[in-house]
Amino acid sequence: MTDINLSLFGEIPHKRQTPLVEAFSRLIHHRSAQAGMVMLGFLILVAVFAAQIAPYDPIVPIKTAKRRDVPCIHLLGCPAGQPEHFFGIDGNSRDLFSRVVFGSRFSLVIGIVTVSFAIVTGGLVGAMAGYLGGWVDNLLMRCMDVLMAFPSLLLAIAIVTVLGPGLINALLAIGIVSIPRFARLIRSTVLSVKELDYVTASRAIGVPSMRILFVHILPNAITPLVVQGTLGIATAILDAAALSFLGLGAEKPTPEWGLMMGEERNSVFSAPHLLIFPGLAIMMTVLSFNLLGDGLRDVLDPRLRTE
Amino acid sequence: MAQFLSRRLVLLIPVMVGILLITFAIVRLIPGDPCVAMLGEKATPATCNAFRERYGMNDNIMVQFGHYIVNIAQGDFGMSLRFGRPVVDLIAERLPMTIELTIGAMIFSVIAGVGLGIVSALRRNSWLDTLTMILANLGVSMPVFWLGLMLAYLFAIILKGTPISLPPSARFTAGMGLDSLIKVWQLQNVGGFQKFMLDFISSLSLSNAILTGNWSTFLDGLRHIILPSIAVGTIPMATIARITRSSILEVLGQDYVRTARAKGMRESMVITKHVMANALIPIITIIGIETGALLSGAVLTETVFSLPGIGTALVNAILGRDYPVVQGFTLVIALVFVFVNLIVDASYAYLDPRIRLE
Repeated sequence: MTDINLSLFGEIPHKRQTPLVEAFSRLIHHRSAQAGMVMLGFLILVAVFAAQIAPYDPIVPIKTAKRRDVPCIHLLGCPAGQPEHFFGIDGNSRDLFSRVVFGSRFSLVIGIVTVSFAIVTGGLVGAMAGYLGGWVDNLLMRCMDVLMAFPSLLLAIAIVTVLGPGLINALLAIGIVSIPRFARLIRSTVLSVKELDYVTASRAIGVPSMRILFVHILPNAITPLVVQGTLGIATAILDAAALSFLGLGAEKPTPEWGLMMGEERNSVFSAPHLLIFPGLAIMMTVLSFNLLGDGLRDVLDPRLRTE
Repeated sequence: MAQFLSRRLVLLIPVMVGILLITFAIVRLIPGDPCVAMLGEKATPATCNAFRERYGMNDNIMVQFGHYIVNIAQGDFGMSLRFGRPVVDLIAERLPMTIELTIGAMIFSVIAGVGLGIVSALRRNSWLDTLTMILANLGVSMPVFWLGLMLAYLFAIILKGTPISLPPSARFTAGMGLDSLIKVWQLQNVGGFQKFMLDFISSLSLSNAILTGNWSTFLDGLRHIILPSIAVGTIPMATIARITRSSILEVLGQDYVRTARAKGMRESMVITKHVMANALIPIITIIGIETGALLSGAVLTETVFSLPGIGTALVNAILGRDYPVVQGFTLVIALVFVFVNLIVDASYAYLDPRIRLE
């Protein structure tokens, strides 16, 4: 038997990347995820340095400014004598650019807080339903079905009716409305992993259930959770803007983008700039989360990989 | 098929009970004394006692819920506090507007979305495909009320005076309106369910136009609803286009398509016989899912375009603390949503026989 001389093939590089590093490098090279990450990074910078970027206070009216004045940008031809207002003045004599810049803080916080709440609560519900099974599963999933029987915005509106208008109540409402999605996700992960050998083995050697759940089962849910969570932030920001637009969310004088549009909705024909810029801001923010979420889904979902 | 439907209906019962519970709870959970909430701060204790007796609030909560369900079954949704009229009348007047808007938006989103999706799939990676996907991404990222406002500005101001200018608000031009069928046919003594149905049909501009021959009002209404339909339908259209594209691409890669082409089938036959039916399944699913978005979008867009539908009435009722109206309208919207989902499930089962066995 001839020995194959493996040295003919040269040194085969033994590259061991952890799955996390591998996933991250795939993400970096994914086109739409790149765009999403760049936009999101820009947005986070704007939110963090809002106080430095915004030339005026977002809440205090400017006494010398004309209400609903058009934007004045010196680079684009506005006379140098006039004070510069990139996005114009809103209906309460405040600089719109500063308000939009500070609004980024609210939108980011809204998105992250609502989705975190929904993941934790939905995760608990889904984990209990999936792991315990039986009547607990049935009852919890019927409750989720009832929540999903309403269009999400309508349910949020109904919850806000009970709790009263306000930003915190709007966040709670949107969080509650987002619970079923994550509950189902965690439940399906738990169900698919519950009967696998390593879980049965852990149970057999006496590992407590809580530990099995958190250490062995739930980590399998991280990938779909990350994808759904990112996309969920996008939806949460849109829903919060909608509630504020209707007057059921953030209250004056909060510089929240939806509220800015709701206050000025009757000026659409006379002062459209008051509506164009907050709307563009919402669109850019939601787009960045959507692109990132799509990229994450393409990278992390093993079924879609064609290698 | 009948078995499938009856099974679905049985599964629907706990969901319906849950919906009724939630709508019942909306008013009961509002903090503060319901008497003060409904009658105002000046209500005396005697008035409050009478109020509580009348609305059965002194009974056990389960009894109250029982009364609530019985009333709903009999068509009594309570009285509006602001208008002093039965909530059912308001529903009959306002729901048709929302339904018209939702249907208009659905027609636009399905035709445009499926069309764009098919073109993108068949011309994969061309400039049209890339452009469509970028626009689809933008479409699902923009707030629907912003899109409505921008479209209104575009068509009413920028394109003013051109042949394609469209009115930016209201359902009809001032002076025009729909005549109640009861008046036109001079019916007497109409009550209860008949009155509800007649009012409902009167408020649907299409049925009103057909039954009374009022075509000018119908065309005027049509002109007014184009812009809101596009506004509401654009976002679902974007999602439908994306799903259509990926669904068709997936089917095109299947073995049976390759076999059909290998057999020498004409490409058009391959598409119509093999590709479309199978590609339709995820598309129908997404249309069903998007109906919820359409309803929510309709609620938001109505306030932008000043359309007299359920959305405007609901928001005004919440801000004006008209709780019976909030309760009734929420229930109706949820019921419509559930009903539409049932139809989508049924069509899904019709298209894919494997589902019927579930």
